[in-house]
Amino acid sequence: MTEELHDVRLSVNGTMYEIQVPARRLLSDALRHDLGLTGTHVGCEHGVCGACTILVDGEPMRSCLMFAVSAVDHELTTVEGLTNEDGSLSPVQQAFSECHGLQCGFCTPGFLTTITAGLRDNPTPTHEEARDMIAGNLCRCTGYQNIVKAVERAAVLVDLAEAPAPEAGRRP
Amino acid sequence: MTTKLMGQKVQRVEDQRFLRGQGRYVDDVGIAGGARLLHAAVLRSPHAHARILDIDVEAVLDLEGVHAVWTYDDLADLAAPMAEPLPLLIPHPALTHGRTQYALAKDEVNYAGEAIAFVVADDRYVAEDAIGRIRVSYETLPPVVGIDAAREARSLVHEDVPGNIGARLEQNVGDAPAAIKAAPHTLSLDLTVERSACTPLEGRGTVARWEPDLNRLQVWTSTQSSTGVRAAVAVKLGLDLGQVDVITPDVGGGFGVKINHPWPEELLVPLAARALGRPVKFTEDRREHFISSAHERGQVQHIEVGFDDDGRLLGLDVEFWHDHGAYTPYGLIVPIITSTQLLGPYKPHNYRVVFESLYTNTVMVTPYRGAGRPQGCYAMERTMDAIATYLGKDRADVRAVNFIQPDEFPFDQGLIFQDGRELEYDSGDYPASLEKIKALVGWDEFPAFQAEMAAQGRRVGIGLACYVEGTGVGPYEGAHVHIETSGKVKVATGLTTQGQGHATVFAQLVADELGVKFEDVEVVTGDTRRMPYAVGTFASRAAVMSGSAIHLAAKRAKEKALKIAADALEAAPEDLEIVDGVVSVKGSPGASIDLGTVSVLSNPLRYAFDEASKAATQFSVGDPGKPPVAEDDEPGLEGRDFYSPERATFASGMHAVIVETDPETAEIKILKYAVVHDCGHLINPMIVEGQIHGGVAQGVGGALYERMAYDESGQLLNASFMDFLMPYVTEVPDGIDIDHLETPSPLNPLGIKGAGEAGVIPSAAVFAAAIEDAERVDRPALAITAMPISPSELYTLRQEHP
Repeated sequence: MTEELHDVRLSVNGTMYEIQVPARRLLSDALRHDLGLTGTHVGCEHGVCGACTILVDGEPMRSCLMFAVSAVDHELTTVEGLTNEDGSLSPVQQAFSECHGLQCGFCTPGFLTTITAGLRDNPTPTHEEARDMIAGNLCRCTGYQNIVKAVERAAVLVDLAEAPAPEAGRRP
Repeated sequence: MTTKLMGQKVQRVEDQRFLRGQGRYVDDVGIAGGARLLHAAVLRSPHAHARILDIDVEAVLDLEGVHAVWTYDDLADLAAPMAEPLPLLIPHPALTHGRTQYALAKDEVNYAGEAIAFVVADDRYVAEDAIGRIRVSYETLPPVVGIDAAREARSLVHEDVPGNIGARLEQNVGDAPAAIKAAPHTLSLDLTVERSACTPLEGRGTVARWEPDLNRLQVWTSTQSSTGVRAAVAVKLGLDLGQVDVITPDVGGGFGVKINHPWPEELLVPLAARALGRPVKFTEDRREHFISSAHERGQVQHIEVGFDDDGRLLGLDVEFWHDHGAYTPYGLIVPIITSTQLLGPYKPHNYRVVFESLYTNTVMVTPYRGAGRPQGCYAMERTMDAIATYLGKDRADVRAVNFIQPDEFPFDQGLIFQDGRELEYDSGDYPASLEKIKALVGWDEFPAFQAEMAAQGRRVGIGLACYVEGTGVGPYEGAHVHIETSGKVKVATGLTTQGQGHATVFAQLVADELGVKFEDVEVVTGDTRRMPYAVGTFASRAAVMSGSAIHLAAKRAKEKALKIAADALEAAPEDLEIVDGVVSVKGSPGASIDLGTVSVLSNPLRYAFDEASKAATQFSVGDPGKPPVAEDDEPGLEGRDFYSPERATFASGMHAVIVETDPETAEIKILKYAVVHDCGHLINPMIVEGQIHGGVAQGVGGALYERMAYDESGQLLNASFMDFLMPYVTEVPDGIDIDHLETPSPLNPLGIKGAGEAGVIPSAAVFAAAIEDAERVDRPALAITAMPISPSELYTLRQEHP
């Protein structure tokens, strides 16, 4: 018995990858094992923990609940694609570092992708909205306290990053 | 002079790789090797208790992509010791009937989830296809599920273990039964705690690669003890220790479950890698983690207590039954900790404790964060609350009269602790902690708040719970500090890391002691190639044990650096200081030498290969009248040392919580959560607070949501994150108020105590107290005696107390 393989083109973090996979290959497995993008983690394989969350056309999706063959024609963004173009940490990543929003780091990629999309849709969340933004992801280490702080800090950093640069000659 | 980093909220160095998706966990290992990597899957018993009559693997053999299928009968030929049961890691004289499983089940299975067959295939999908084709004939046997069934012993888990009793252990201080008999007041309590589990987001996993060119084995495994796995793999595969390297890469959470070892897969994967000549990986899935890793917490307790008019304990007699599941690989550690740490900050005067550790046909029990302490704390604190209620006294006051006082340290409780040493508390200040927690939670103001809420038809309650935690148990940890010729400092310690930020806190210690820049220090943990002598990460011991060892090793490296620099600068070592990696004569900064150059000088060379090494050739350095390396010296600028304390150091703390219970739905809402914590000197308060946050959240889960729902046939009904209710952010308190007390330990050079487990210890106790307090506004006789408690259980309790 040989499994039928499908030619699949996946656009991930702006790069096009061509792989051959069986129809049943999970997108999470394809990202990790076929493309070597191991930043996306698998914590439960039934869509509950959120560790495998990536952005599909900008929207958070559980990559363990998608097949690789279903991901063609979509733009995928994984944690590896979140950093700024110059390689520095994005505001959400930076906020996690500043606020000690991670310990073992296993659930972190799913939080980072989720919050990146969340702050794009709601750049100025209230405290309650910041908590709601992460209410679909499990973390066993942090008790979420510093993740909520990181959401709020990230909102500030996004705001600072987008604020117009001060005009030349007006600096003190 | 640079600022000391000890005590600073230094941001974590490990975050950079984690945030960029560049962490390296076990399942990430070997992917770069491409198609050579093979994947394993395990056939697990569907029955809790059965005899295996036949295993038919015929249908697997012609499946394309399958490389091996093994059952018990194959093991002896692969490596003779593999046919023996797995090790019983921690033997104890009281464990008269210890039993461990085989790597693959032999003749019978004793829990649903026990490994029966092992398949290696091209990928995990094919391996699971193969598992599905194996046919096993079973004769099912009556399962023993739950402590009551184990005690009744109408059926036996192991035929040769009468009464299902693996161990019975009694310890006595004074004569508790007599003291209780003579006491003016007595009470008795019957309590239960259900099972929960660590459930780290990353399950277990192992990768192994046999190197035929080197005749050695490399194993990557998600463990809390690299050296333990190394020793076990060597023994079981018939290899010399020196042929096996175990590397613990990034670990996605442990919380205790990964201290048990070797798991069947930790042996079968290396065995397959050697037999097949290709790297092999096993990655546990979530369901497997629920049914084939370990659980904890399940106990039934009976307490008799005698006390005086002030609530002072005169005698305490505790009997409890501990459910250890189907096997006892980790010995009696959990119930021994319950029985000793139960005493918390109190003096019982007369104490008797006896436990039976019982077999059931369920997943085995090994330590989960807190490791028996939450159950002990629950027993003691429920007793304190009961005494206060009985006497009509303030619950804090009853605790206060029983405290060990600050001038009574070291205080010997008269018991033997989990490490075989005396249970002797080194330091603490419990009255000061109590004052802090009362202020932090608003204890004295609470009755007015409760009355005000009651007037609005709302029920609120407050709870308080105190604990003492023996941390940093031996036997030892070691460290190696190497100053390279670049001036960079490489540090290795053998215990492992699963999120505690060791690379940061240990670098803080080295930077302080050596006088180098924090950024120049790189720490490696859990790699037996770098530090082959180590014990492991458990019992809140990493900072105490490895922190102390690293401090000592850095001190040795510094002594050597100063000696060499003193020669070079023609000064006395005591006149030198090291700041930012530069050794200089105090008061005359012009006379200085970089640590990197000192490192060059420490290693006399014959060959120059760069500018730095040119300065170290025999024609450049040293006294021509002496050997290049003195008789009592070694080349290289290194320091190595070990820390082995006489006994554990005892951290302590108190938690308080205010809850509101819904009069209609019995929903339980957390209004305020406060923690006072004393782990001696803090290395990094940000990391300590993170540990507390995580512990509190796990405690909330254990108190209000999480349980292992076994049915009577021994099937775990909630073996998924859908059904096992691990808290999301919506279940944890919105903010945790934390205050620290720093009572240094006299036992180690840094005065530190462990902090990892503390957050979870008082949870069941403090929530039971607060919920009971809220409910007693209307129902004075309602008592919370079983944890965790769900809204429906609370509702039922209300019906029973109309």
